[in-house]
Amino acid sequence: MPAGARKLVGKVRHGDRALAAATVGAAVIILGMLAIILLDVIVGGARTISWEFISQPPRKGMTEGGIFPAIFGTVALTLLMTIAAVPAGVATAIYLTEYASMQSRVARLVRVSVANLAGVPSIVFGLFGLGFFISTVGRGIDKVAYGGQSVYGRPCLIWSALTLAILTLPVVVVSTEEAILSVPRELREGSLAVGATRLQTIVRVVLPEALGGILTGTILAVSRGAGEVAPILFTGVAYYLPQLPTNLNDQFMNLGYHVYVLATQSPDVDRTKPLLYGTAFVLLVLTFLLNLIAIYIRSRSRKRSRASA
Amino acid sequence: MTATELTLQATRMPAVVAATSPTVQAVPLKMRARDLTVGYSGKVAIQDVSIDVNQNVVLALIGPSGCGKSTFLRSLNRMNDTVPGVSVSGHVELDGEPIYGPEVDPVLVRRRVGMVFQRSNPFPKSIFENVAYGLRIAGVRDRAVLAERVERALRHAALWDEVKDRLQESGLRLSGGQQQRLCIARALAVEPEVLLMDEPASALDPIATAKIEDLIAHLRSELTIVIVTHNMQQAARVSQRTGFFYMGRLVEVGDTTTIFTRPKERETEDYITGRFG
Ligand SMILES: Nc1ncnc2c1ncn2[C@@H]1O[C@H](COP(=O)(O)OP(=O)(O)OP(=O)(O)O)[C@@H](O)[C@H]1O
Ligand SMILES: [Mg+2]
Repeated sequence: MPAGARKLVGKVRHGDRALAAATVGAAVIILGMLAIILLDVIVGGARTISWEFISQPPRKGMTEGGIFPAIFGTVALTLLMTIAAVPAGVATAIYLTEYASMQSRVARLVRVSVANLAGVPSIVFGLFGLGFFISTVGRGIDKVAYGGQSVYGRPCLIWSALTLAILTLPVVVVSTEEAILSVPRELREGSLAVGATRLQTIVRVVLPEALGGILTGTILAVSRGAGEVAPILFTGVAYYLPQLPTNLNDQFMNLGYHVYVLATQSPDVDRTKPLLYGTAFVLLVLTFLLNLIAIYIRSRSRKRSRASA
Repeated sequence: MTATELTLQATRMPAVVAATSPTVQAVPLKMRARDLTVGYSGKVAIQDVSIDVNQNVVLALIGPSGCGKSTFLRSLNRMNDTVPGVSVSGHVELDGEPIYGPEVDPVLVRRRVGMVFQRSNPFPKSIFENVAYGLRIAGVRDRAVLAERVERALRHAALWDEVKDRLQESGLRLSGGQQQRLCIARALAVEPEVLLMDEPASALDPIATAKIEDLIAHLRSELTIVIVTHNMQQAARVSQRTGFFYMGRLVEVGDTTTIFTRPKERETEDYITGRFG
């Protein structure tokens, strides 16, 4: 081709511009929707929030009073779920990354299960909790330990927490695996080379180095689990309770479910609307708080690993 | 303490300091490899390597990139065991004891055969804790003992004077050369009998390199050193014996002066005169 035929001026970047416009447009729409939702909840909620709202139980058929039992229930549920999910998830991730060989059948099975678990709709977890934890495990405990009396064979805090834990588990496993795999091989070898066992290397070098990543992933997983309603629907959440749960086999109230109840079950929607906004606001704040902690830990551990580079 | 460790310890040899100009055959054997073949996922990396490592002698391993020097070195302390898909056949002895024996715990081998890596790899811990790591692993709790042995290791690694006032600072704050000496101190703290060094100075400037070379000369009286290097002058300066690897085989091993002046094999001569590699 003669040089003169190859022009420099012209438009060959039509596609680029169109794509750029489309992506920017999509981003603006998403941001806009997020902003509308947030503004709505914040403006609506801020008016309701008061010390009384946070510290008092609902009154007058939930048209007045506060949401303290729902906050308490949500916090208790989240803590129990964390206690159940995190050790199991971290242990699974350690097994997968440090002990299982690539060809191991068991490891492959665990990986496939974890991946599939992550794709299951949350209402299915609720049904699973009902069928497995309550009908099978709970009733079994009742039969063996309580002579058939209904103590654990019914919806309650512990079964909801365990159901949520299973929902959260895959995320904990995957993020812990990533954090562990990002620990440089050289560090492990440095430890092994002075005569450390594999376990010593994991406990003293790998886990401390991966801790930031593990915590970040775990908190994000927990904050997602804390907002779920479907899994606890059949397994322990209550519409209204006159007293706070004190035992693992008590029922409990929950912020997410409380929003649903206020929005759909109220005899007088106009009077519950401020309460509804307030509840959604508190739920958002709690979730954001967890995410902020995660972001803080991540930025700190980033700084640390940059210092080591 | 396990039975293996007891028998390993019972057969330790008395330390014999080599004469300045060693007639190597007179020096006792520390390690011995026979017909050592190592493969990664079935692909052979080194084949039928047989070599003697004499006590208190520095053995240098040279050869072009990818010829299997690191692979060989890492099979002397069973570091290769940690690589997935690795296969090892043949025989390696430490003081006459097979280190690949069915009863042998690789962890106990590594306590006696330490290693320093090409890229310095200090832990993100304080300088003190980096050096104390191996001692704590081995169960040393006594603070006075820890402090004393950390100091001794840092002195040995020629780092003490530079860090004695900042032992609680992170090891990652040190310069590259200091970090590498920190890693040497970490390896020395557990008092290994053999120290394997895989291109310990390849990432360092000439001054830091000279320090490490001095260090090797000093350490020789106390332990046995096997060092991999790409730098022929370095091999000539620090070692008494040199082995030349080429394409997974040990072509030739002998007194360093002989290897560099009158090599037996054509390939060795080509390599040291810079005709390839
Ligand atoms: N972990 C591993 N997995 C697969 N193959 C490997 C692994 N380590 C080394 N090899 C292969 O084994 C051969 C020898 O590698 P080795 O690292 O021992 O060479 P080397 O002599 O140390 O090279 P260099 O001077 O570049 O460090 C090479 O072909 C390399 O690709
Ligand atoms: Mg190498």
